[in-house]
This record gives sequence, C-alpha cells and structure tokens, in this order.
Amino acid sequence: MSPLAKLLEAALFASSRPLTVGELSTLEPEAGETAVHAGLAEIRDAYAAEDHGVELVEIAQGWQFLTRREYAEAIDRAQFALRPRRLSPAALETLAIVAYRQPVGRVEVDEIRGVDSGAVIDKLIERGLVDVVTRGEGLGRPLLYGTTPQFLEILGLRDLDELPRLEELSVALRPPAPTEPE
Amino acid sequence: MTNPGVTAPHHAGFVVELEQFSGPLDLLLHLISEDELDITDLPIARIADQFLAVINELKLNQAADYLEMAARLLRIKAQLLLPRRLGEDEWEDPRAELVRRLLEYQQIRELVDWLGHAAARRAEQFGRGFRPEPPEAPPAPLVIELNDLLAAAERVIALIPEPVLHRVVPRPLDVEGATARIEAVLATRERCGWRDVVGDRPTIVDMLSAFIALLELAKRGALRLSQQGPFTPIVIQRESPREAA
Repeated sequence: MSPLAKLLEAALFASSRPLTVGELSTLEPEAGETAVHAGLAEIRDAYAAEDHGVELVEIAQGWQFLTRREYAEAIDRAQFALRPRRLSPAALETLAIVAYRQPVGRVEVDEIRGVDSGAVIDKLIERGLVDVVTRGEGLGRPLLYGTTPQFLEILGLRDLDELPRLEELSVALRPPAPTEPE
Repeated sequence: MTNPGVTAPHHAGFVVELEQFSGPLDLLLHLISEDELDITDLPIARIADQFLAVINELKLNQAADYLEMAARLLRIKAQLLLPRRLGEDEWEDPRAELVRRLLEYQQIRELVDWLGHAAARRAEQFGRGFRPEPPEAPPAPLVIELNDLLAAAERVIALIPEPVLHRVVPRPLDVEGATARIEAVLATRERCGWRDVVGDRPTIVDMLSAFIALLELAKRGALRLSQQGPFTPIVIQRESPREAA
C-alpha cells in the first residue's frame, strides 16, 4: 500500500466513528482530497482481496472499519460488543417522517402519525438521531427537526440519497379480493 | 359493499393487542387490510362501527387520539348521509381527507419496514471502540421545597371549577297532546300539512312533540307521511283501513 494509504489506515483504525474525506485530508494537507479518495479505495480493495475479518465501509458521509457480517453472532454472544437497542415502531415512524420532510415541525409529525409525538422526538434527540436544525416561520417560530449523521450511521447509509425514493414505494393497499363472476 | 356471500369474514375471533398499534391510523389500516377493503372507496359506516368496537374492546376509548379519530369517522358517516343538492358539481367526498392521510401513513409504514431492515443489517457489523449504550437514565430525583409544593397545590386547587348544577326538567315533550291534536285534525280532513298539526307559532318543544307523534302514528298505520323531496312540505294523509290491508 502507498504511504498515504497506510496513514489513512492508521487513522481509521484509531477512530471509533466514521471519518469524512475532509477530516482525513487534514492528516496530510499537501496530498489533497483526490489522493485521499484513491488511498481509501486502495485500503478497501486490499482488505477485500486479502480476505480479512474487517472491511472498510463507506458510511454516514465518511469511512469506517467494520467487522464483517458473518462474525456478528459470535462477537455478540461473547459480549465483546453488543448490537444497539432496536428502535420501536413509533421511533421508526417518526424517523421516517423527519428524514423525508426535514426540516419538519412537531405539529406536522403529529398530524401524519395521528398521535402526539413529542416524547418520541425527545427520545430520538437523546439518542442523537434527530436534532433541531432551524426554526420555522409563523406563530411561535416552531422548532424544526432534521436527521443527524448518527442517523445515517445506525442505518448504514452513505447519505440521505440512499433512502428509497417515494415513487418507488407501493403506496396503495391491496385491491379488494376478486369476487365471483357476475 | 361487495358480495356478502364471498366476503363473509372472520370477525368472530378478533384478537388484537394494544402494543400492536402505534396510533389510530395504524388501527384503521389494520381493519382495512384485514377485510381487504378498497382504501379509495371506504365503506365508512362499516369501518366506523368496527373502529368503535375495537377501541371499546381494547379500552382505547380513554386515549384522546383514538377518540378523535372515532369522532372524525362518525362525522364523515353523517356527512355521507346528508342529501346532496342536485347539480352540485363541487361536491367533495367527505372521505377524501381521510383517504389522503391513510395513504400518506401507509407510505410511512413502508418506510418503517425499510428503515427497520436497514438498521438490522447495520447492527450485524461492529465498529471500533465499542462502548455499551448507557442504560436508560432513570428520571432525576425530585427536589422540591415545601413552599413550592404548597404553591403548586394552590394553583391546582384554584383550577378546580365550581361544580355546575343543571336542573333536569322531566320530559317537557307532550307527545300525547300532539297525538290527540293530529287525530283531531285528521278526523275532519283526509289530508293536512305540517302547519295544521303544530299551529302557527310552534315552540321547538311543540315541533318535536308533533314530529315524534307523527312518526309514532305512521308506525301504527294511522296515517301516511310523504314528501316530494328533501326540504319540501310534508304531506300527512289519513290511512284508511281498506288501504292498510
């Protein structure tokens, strides 16, 4: 591997969170982002080719070493690391609305879900998945929420564009069952 | 509603759990998909009845969100019963708003599946520097001064409304009197109108009494009520024994 790739590898190994290309570029300012991109690709390919237990993954607008899927069970069982707590359906509903409508106010979330969502939003803020991004126009200048990089991270997404496009969803419910011929 | 022969469903063993629903829209979608109904042409009366039955059964009738939806369904049901004015083009289906919200919510549910799946896949990989998630913090211990407590109690007490007393009047309606009056009118005339049985300046109680009396007499077969169309005068006609047979 090139000297830059080895430097990047060391930095990624040391970090417990995804590092962006911008952050990695500060390691060797002369190198430039293009070289960093090339270095990252070099590491990723090297780990893939040599068949390691970890892989370099592009996630949450950055890069991170993650263990390979097939070892999850064993690591989990030995409790060297634990899978994160599952998100409740209410939390996922709220996350979906915030992700697609951001910046979005609480009233709109309540309206779409048909239930009061204040407590759920507070929980999501506490877990760092949602945050206040701005304030809206209008009465009381309501707080508007958006998703955080942590949101991308727990879903394993590079960026928000990886979310399914709304047109791709099959919105309609199943049509009524066919009745007997008339 | 479609073919009752085919759709005779499985309502008998209706078992649902409270945690299963994240809100009234979720419950509605569940009822709709269970009976495979067409979401764009909802049989509101049927859905409203089922919805009420379920929230009663699950004791969800305490939850404001469910009650609000129940009220909304009943209002739509009532709106659908109102006569439409002829030639009124801009009649908007009262169900339209609900259908829009259901479709939107349905979309969210699909995204929930997608997000849940993505999160589960991500959870199969671990990053470096594992730190166990902190357990959910217990609520902070309550620190309060006696004076604050007393002040708070005073505020609550101040909010307790004076009890409102209603006088209950025992049944001001005089259906028997109205019945006698109608029978008296019909004894002399074969047919008459609404004004003939309530008088020129009826009070609301007179009108209600007369109306109930008319319905009762019609039920007994003593008279026949007819009306050309909505809001046209009501014609009251004596029913002769021969015709009744």
